[in-house]
Parts: sequence; C-alpha cells; structure tokens
Amino acid sequence: MTREHRERLFGIWTRLQKKANEQLHVRLESVVVLIGLVLIMAGLSPYFWSVSNFMNILLATSTIGVLAIAATFVLSSGGLDLSIGSIVGLSGVVGASVAVNLGMSTPVAVLATIGSGALAGLINGWIITRGFVPAFIVTLGMLGVARGLALVISDGRVIYGLPDWMLFLGQGRPYGIPMPVLILVSVAFIMHIVLAYTRYGRHTLAIGDNENAARTAGINVGLHRLSLYVLSGGLAGLAGLLFATRINSGDPTAGITYELTAITAAIIGGTNLFGGRGSILGTMIGALIMGVLQNGLNLLAVQSYYQQMAIGGVLVLAVFIDQFQHRQEEARV
Amino acid sequence: MSLLKVSGIEKGFGSVSVLRGIDMTLGPGEVIGLVGDNGAGKSTLMKIITGMYQADSGSITLEGDNLLDLTPGARRDRGVEMIYQDLALAKQQDVASNIFLGREPTRRVLGIPLVDRRKMKRDAQIMVDQLGARLPDLTRPVGLFSGGQQQSVAIARALTFDPKIVIMDEPTAALAVREVQSVLGLIHQLKSRGIGVILISHRLNDVLAVTDRIVVLRQGRAVANFVTNDTKMPDIVSAIVGGGDIAAAAAHEAKG
Repeated sequence: MTREHRERLFGIWTRLQKKANEQLHVRLESVVVLIGLVLIMAGLSPYFWSVSNFMNILLATSTIGVLAIAATFVLSSGGLDLSIGSIVGLSGVVGASVAVNLGMSTPVAVLATIGSGALAGLINGWIITRGFVPAFIVTLGMLGVARGLALVISDGRVIYGLPDWMLFLGQGRPYGIPMPVLILVSVAFIMHIVLAYTRYGRHTLAIGDNENAARTAGINVGLHRLSLYVLSGGLAGLAGLLFATRINSGDPTAGITYELTAITAAIIGGTNLFGGRGSILGTMIGALIMGVLQNGLNLLAVQSYYQQMAIGGVLVLAVFIDQFQHRQEEARV
Repeated sequence: MSLLKVSGIEKGFGSVSVLRGIDMTLGPGEVIGLVGDNGAGKSTLMKIITGMYQADSGSITLEGDNLLDLTPGARRDRGVEMIYQDLALAKQQDVASNIFLGREPTRRVLGIPLVDRRKMKRDAQIMVDQLGARLPDLTRPVGLFSGGQQQSVAIARALTFDPKIVIMDEPTAALAVREVQSVLGLIHQLKSRGIGVILISHRLNDVLAVTDRIVVLRQGRAVANFVTNDTKMPDIVSAIVGGGDIAAAAAHEAKG
C-alpha cells in the first residue's frame, strides 16, 4: 500500500469515527473489536456461530447489560458505584422473600425488588451528596452492607420457588426471544435517549466534565448526583430481578464481582472513567464484547477462573488504550 | 435609574469578615472596573451577585427587584451573567453544548422533551459569527481549542441570552496581546448595546482604557469610587494599597 493510499484510508476512518461519535455517540473502535472478537470465536469454536448460541450470549449479557447502563450514568457524571453487584444479590433476595415467604403478588414482589435497589442507591446518594463522603468509600461500604443484608434476610440460604408470573420475566420467550433480552433492549433504548438527547442526560455529562461549570450554569448538582445513585440502584434492582427470575430463586451470593464486569463494559464502550463522556449504545457494545468473550471462553472449555482474569485484564487494557488515545489527541492540537 | 444596586453587603467565612458593607451601583451601558488587592473581596462580592454565595446581610436589586432570594439559575434567567476566570467550560463537550449549558432548547417528540441539537448548533454558529470569533469546528470538544478560542466560547455563552449585566473576572489575564484588544473591543460593543459590565482585573491599563468608573475594594470595603476620565494611575494604586508610601508601586504600574 502506498503512502497516499494509507492517508486516504486514514481520512475515511477518522471521518467515520467522527460521524459515529456525533450521530450515534459510539466509539467506532469498540464495534471493530466486537466484530473481530466474533470472527475469532467463530473460527475457534464450531458451536459459536448459531442463532441459539447468539441468544445465549444475549441472555447471559442481560444482567450485566442492565448493570453496565447504571455504571455508564454514574461514571459519566464523574461518580462511582461499586455496590451494584451486591445490590443484585440483595434485591433478588428481597423480591424472592416478598413473593415466597410473604406470599405477595407478582407486581408487589417486582416493585419490592427494584425498590430495594433504588433505596440502597438513595442511601448511597444521600451520604455522598449530603455527608460529603467520597463515592468510592460510600459505595464500597454499601457493597459490604448490601451483601451482608442479603445473607441476613435469607439466612444465608437460597430462596426457591418464585410464582409463575415472576418466572415469566426471566424465562418467558415471546416470539422465541427471551424476556430478559427484550427487557434489556427496551431499557437500553430508553436510557440511550435519556443520556444522549434529554437535558437530564446532557447535564449528567456536564457535571462529570466540570462540576463547577455545571453549578454556575444553574444546574442543581447535588440533587442531580443524588438522582443518579437512585437510578443506579434501581437499575441494579432490575438486574437483580432478571437474575433471580432467570434462575428461579433469590440467591444471596448472586452478582458477586458483577460491578467489575459492568464497569469494564461501560469503559470498553467509551465511557470516560473520570466523567464527561459516555453513551449507552457504546456500553451495549462493551457489554456484548464481555458476553462474547465469556461465551467463547466457555465454548473453548476455558476454566472460569481464567475468565475472571481475562475480565480484569480487559478492564486495564481498555483504560490504557483510552488514555493513550487521549494523550495522542491532545498532542495533535 | 440604576440597573444593579448593591447596598450594605456583608459576608464572613467563619470568624473572617470578608465583606464589611459594600455599596455600589451599575447603570445600563455603564462599565465599572472593580479593582483591589488579592483578598480584598472582589470575587466574593461577584459570587454573591451571581448567587454562588449567600450574603450575611444587605440587599441586591436588579431593576428594583430583589435578587438575593433567587437561585443562580434564576438570576441568569433574569439577565445576570458572569464570565469566570477559569471560564467554567465543560471541556469534553462541544461548543453548542457549552453555550447552551443549563438552558438547552427542547422540542417534543411523542410528548417527550428532547434537546434540540440542530437549533443549538445553528444558534451557536450565529452567536460565534456575531462575535467575530474564529473557531474552526463547532463540533469539536472545547478542550481542544486554544485559550483565546475557549474565552470566545465563554463569552458567547454569556451573551446568547440577552444579558442585562455581564461580570467578567480577569478576562484578559491569560490572553495574547491581540486577543486582549478584541476583548476590550467587545466590552465597548456591550456598552453600546446598553449592557452593564463589571470588569474585575489586575491589569490597571485595561481598566483605565475601557471603564466609566472604577470601584476600589480594600479589606472588604469600597474605599474609592473614581470617575475614570478624571483619574490617574497613582490615584488607583494609592487606593488599592491604602495610602502611605506608594511612589514605588505607582511607578511600577505606570510602566505597564
């Protein structure tokens, strides 16, 4: 390839990159990584390339995907929520115990599941914004508290036997598509619109970008942050609902280290760890990358311990590449 | 009639009394220079006017209406704009997002109010052109622009919503010579449109060049209120440092 060719190709690439970023709020690199990963996995495993396996990937991604949406909102506001994995466990146990032990109806149990997550988020946000304790500490504390509470409520045991209507949310397949996938896609669609096209979303990014600028622009930063932690907790509650109904039980140990995977997915998708940039569409691609990676490693019969290592490695690598590009961008100006 | 009337403003942080009863007025089309040493209370006074700080006592009115009970956002809506020294820009967002930060226009799609990006972009372009600012690409994050270009964005933001008062905190401190001239030119432009301007600056030459009056703060009090045309550099320096042996300081400032 001549130098001229290379330059022209590079020009096309940067234009596409810019378009994708502006119109869809997606980093093109992550799409390329996803496609590359799919092709590699398809080459390595004969079982990968099938509709039913793709459905499996989507189903396995649904819980992480919803959590990654929560992580995207909080991270792009310059915050951090480490408690979402534990809230998956807590909310699932709360929902199961309301449905099974108290014998309440499905709508009440669903509300209790999501509501308990939102309540944990409210406590997070309240201490962060009113008590001025760093988000890292507060949500790290909640990671322990929520997990402990889940074990206390369930007495350390898995609560089995959810009512049928609740199970439909996790195991139903209208038109052959698993309910959790439908729920993830709808939530992602709505939250993408919220983050990219509403004032609430724009203000979220502005706060993460320059909190002082947001404040001088008349945005109520404290209240906005508080609402973001409630949103994050509520979405974690929804993820807990999807998980519990999929496995037909409230498991107090559900969702351990899910915050790691969710934050990784958000960052691979282009969310700035330090706030100011993020998109749900990008995060969904990030979540799919994590899903394909895990699914492929499963099909290749790689021990799950190694998968844990792979996820951690990918997180560091994604942030490294992001920072590297950022420095190059600044050097170009 | 005065546009902005500040009377008896007091403010303390803990046991430290920063403002001890400030009075000043600003008329339409008037440019006031606010000068004083570091710690004299200039920034605190401005933050009380914009609503970032609460005053302990005193009153501030805009066209006769009380301002002190309003939130910072509500005061902006009433026409009080401030251009901060650090510019207060969201650097990863583009020009339009910054200009409309906190005041994004919306249009309803299926009853849901969505931010009208197209209108924002269009209006931002118009505003930037009016200012005569040279910004190569409005869709780039403002953090990638030069200092002077970022200043233009901050100014465009302050002027987009028909302000009555514009407060500028050290607008020329970090600028190149030509950019300083364009900021001073802009102040003249605002004046001719009937906008009241408060200019905070340590660069006394700039203050003497564009203001009508100069208010000097010292230790939380307004110690002098000069008419710029009748004032010489030594008078201002003397008021800032508080009399005494000012010959050396005045000579230094006169050298510019």
